[in-house]
Amino acid sequence: MTHTLIQTTLSNGLKVLLKEVHTAPIISSWLWYRVGSRDEIQGRTGVSHWVEHMQFKGTDQFPANILDKAISREGGTWNAFTYMDWTAYFETMPADKIDLALRLEADRMQNSRFLPEEVASERTVIISEREGSENEPLFLLGEAVQQTAFRIHPYHHEVIGDMADLRTITRDDLYNHYRTFYVPNNAVMAVAGDFDTQSMLGRIRELFERIPAGREPARLARPEPAQQGEVRLAVEGPGSTSYVQVCYRFPPASHPDFFPLAVLDSLLAGPSNLNMFSGGISNKTSRLYRALVDKEYVVSVHGGAQATIEPFMYTITMTIHPRRKPEEALAALDREIQRVKEEKVTKEEITRAIKQARALFAYGSENITNQGFWLGYAEMFADYNWFETYLEKLSAVTVKDVQRVANEYFKLQSRVVGTYIPLDRKGSS
Amino acid sequence: MKNVNSLPGPDDIYREVLPNGITVLSRSNFNSPSVVVTGFFEAGALFDPDEKLGLAEYTSLALMRGTRSRTFDEIYNALESVGAGLGFNTGVHKSGFHGRSLAEDLHLLLELLCEALTTPVFPKTEMEKLRAQLLTGLAIRAEDTSDMASMVFDNILFKGHPYSRPEDGFPETIREIKRGDLVKFHREHYGPRGMVIAIVGGVKPEDAVKQVKRALGGWQNKHQKNTPALPSLKPLKRTINKHHRIVGKSQSDLIIGTNGPMRRDPEFMSASIGNNILGQFGMMGRIGDVVREKSGLAYYAYSSLSAGLGPGSWEVSAGVNPQNVKKASELILDELKRFIQEGVTADELADTKANFIGRVPLSLESNGGVANALLNIERHQLGLDYYHRYQGLVEEVTADNVLTTARKFIDLDKLVIASAGP
Repeated sequence: MTHTLIQTTLSNGLKVLLKEVHTAPIISSWLWYRVGSRDEIQGRTGVSHWVEHMQFKGTDQFPANILDKAISREGGTWNAFTYMDWTAYFETMPADKIDLALRLEADRMQNSRFLPEEVASERTVIISEREGSENEPLFLLGEAVQQTAFRIHPYHHEVIGDMADLRTITRDDLYNHYRTFYVPNNAVMAVAGDFDTQSMLGRIRELFERIPAGREPARLARPEPAQQGEVRLAVEGPGSTSYVQVCYRFPPASHPDFFPLAVLDSLLAGPSNLNMFSGGISNKTSRLYRALVDKEYVVSVHGGAQATIEPFMYTITMTIHPRRKPEEALAALDREIQRVKEEKVTKEEITRAIKQARALFAYGSENITNQGFWLGYAEMFADYNWFETYLEKLSAVTVKDVQRVANEYFKLQSRVVGTYIPLDRKGSS
Repeated sequence: MKNVNSLPGPDDIYREVLPNGITVLSRSNFNSPSVVVTGFFEAGALFDPDEKLGLAEYTSLALMRGTRSRTFDEIYNALESVGAGLGFNTGVHKSGFHGRSLAEDLHLLLELLCEALTTPVFPKTEMEKLRAQLLTGLAIRAEDTSDMASMVFDNILFKGHPYSRPEDGFPETIREIKRGDLVKFHREHYGPRGMVIAIVGGVKPEDAVKQVKRALGGWQNKHQKNTPALPSLKPLKRTINKHHRIVGKSQSDLIIGTNGPMRRDPEFMSASIGNNILGQFGMMGRIGDVVREKSGLAYYAYSSLSAGLGPGSWEVSAGVNPQNVKKASELILDELKRFIQEGVTADELADTKANFIGRVPLSLESNGGVANALLNIERHQLGLDYYHRYQGLVEEVTADNVLTTARKFIDLDKLVIASAGP
């Protein structure tokens, strides 16, 4: 398989990445904005995600109902995601229909209406979305842990925002946020699929280059100070199952240590799957599964880091065995973490982690949408080269590197431990 | 456009029935360095006695806990070391498996599949570990508003029918199951007769079939029992409303619905198109438009059609604030009324037809998507040329067909209204 890949920047600052892939008559177009929940101040938490919702409410050229029907009619699929560091919109369409998606994205980069009545009805939709999340013990626990881990840095709140802010954010708050961040010089356009690069680039220039650049939006800069000692917290809620989350501080994705940590993650908890549109594999022979699930401290354990711009967390989530106490599971986890700090891992374990990553990349490559996703995603926290050289960088990891990063990042004094304590209330009809 | 894959059809789907009854379907995709192996066999929850409900699922999940030649850890070590995956699942009629690996490791995947299917040993200690995991899963299910609303719904709609029972059982039935039950279930229900395997990816179909023959071609089970016939379903006589209370939740799940067609019924396509207009198209069709877009009552509100080998269901689901359950129900009932009184417009019909036809390439772009399509063709006897005929099947549906089908299945006086929440 050969792919043509080009990267260029238009005169208005819009970065464009195009990757020709002729395996299916499909094109996936992604538009990424450098804005997310870490760009929100208190009182306006959730504004980025809400703006993303408003982007589906239409422009004069593409009123709301017309938009989604037009995409669906052509057999396409579309969606959007808001994350801490970015917001992304994608359409995957039959190749000969992609022009609709390009026109739509060019239009809603500057012409979304944000009508007050639409803002009002979307407020309750988003409140409902949050209420649905609040039904989940792991959302409640995750939110508490994250807020505790980030007191200063704006990574401290959930992407959906705090309920208090969802009730009070105004139409102008939303519109100002949109106008500030939705400018071509703050965006990356990434398209993968069955097209001719020069024609696609020509069309993107035609549609997007006339959109004027805006002021370079400033991102909030409030670094989290070093944590001075382990913090433990508890969340109580309905149910009969206990959960524990243990979060260690991790470097950003662009940091060289991210790669030995990815190897360590793979052998501790099974390989994290960074693909958005392709599932992962089981982790039943990972060290933590063997030490915690096999030994019946927990019924499941998962670990993973996220690729972020600034230092974030590695999170281990354990569902506690009904006959065990959370403290017992935590002690067993600590023994395993201690082992990886004291004893060198084997070369075979590193080779295995690399093969696992290779397989996950192969699964992800089946899907044009996932290929489009990677083009822009990697740009949000590093650049596309990060993705293209990922396997090489994993291959360069040594046994010594793994031991070093285990000691450097898996520190008791800078972790947060959260426990979900179930109140064991029974349902009744 | 260059190098465009055509839709799967008789010219590129390889199908062979092995002498022991296993049907193998394969299609190559050399753009992919990986391969998917998926399939089903006749060992579903239909065979479960009431007092041991969950036995079929327990058995399928226990297959990889140890075989005659490998321990649990050895099985998963072989798989995970090469980044491969393999898992089993259970439905009412069938149990199934889904695996994938790099193409170079297909032989390993098939070898492990064969071991798990034919020589599981159900080690006692592993059974107990699995039991604790299953019981925890059921405890989590009891707190899940969506799962519980769905259970209440099935329990009423399919009263007295096997479809009323959850395949994963109840805590008391899982506690009843002994190791001997798993051994017996495996002996009586696992066999090659009725098994279907689809292999799609970077492998030649002939090689795939050769490998399946080598792994499973010699498998026989003279004890394999026939699948029992489904009893008939008693129709609803009136609308039944039931709420399942789960204390402490901030959102309720609501399901309103009734019976739907079987997959092989002639009305399936018109019901499917009608359902798309009702609660799927664009941002969740008419239901989404009224409940989410216009009223702002829910983050999700949609309709779905569940059409399989037996009687199906036609459901409208929404997640709403507990205060708004009644209001959302009224809006949904109004839409159902409009649907069976007025039917669908010519524009709506044209939109949905275009959507059904246009989305096919997307649903078939991955190996998993093609493999599922092949299994569907086989499960419902749709014919290897199904995707070649598909456009015609969609285009021939008229607005009258949709209305007649909607009226046949949806009766506003005979609905199930199930909810779960505080």
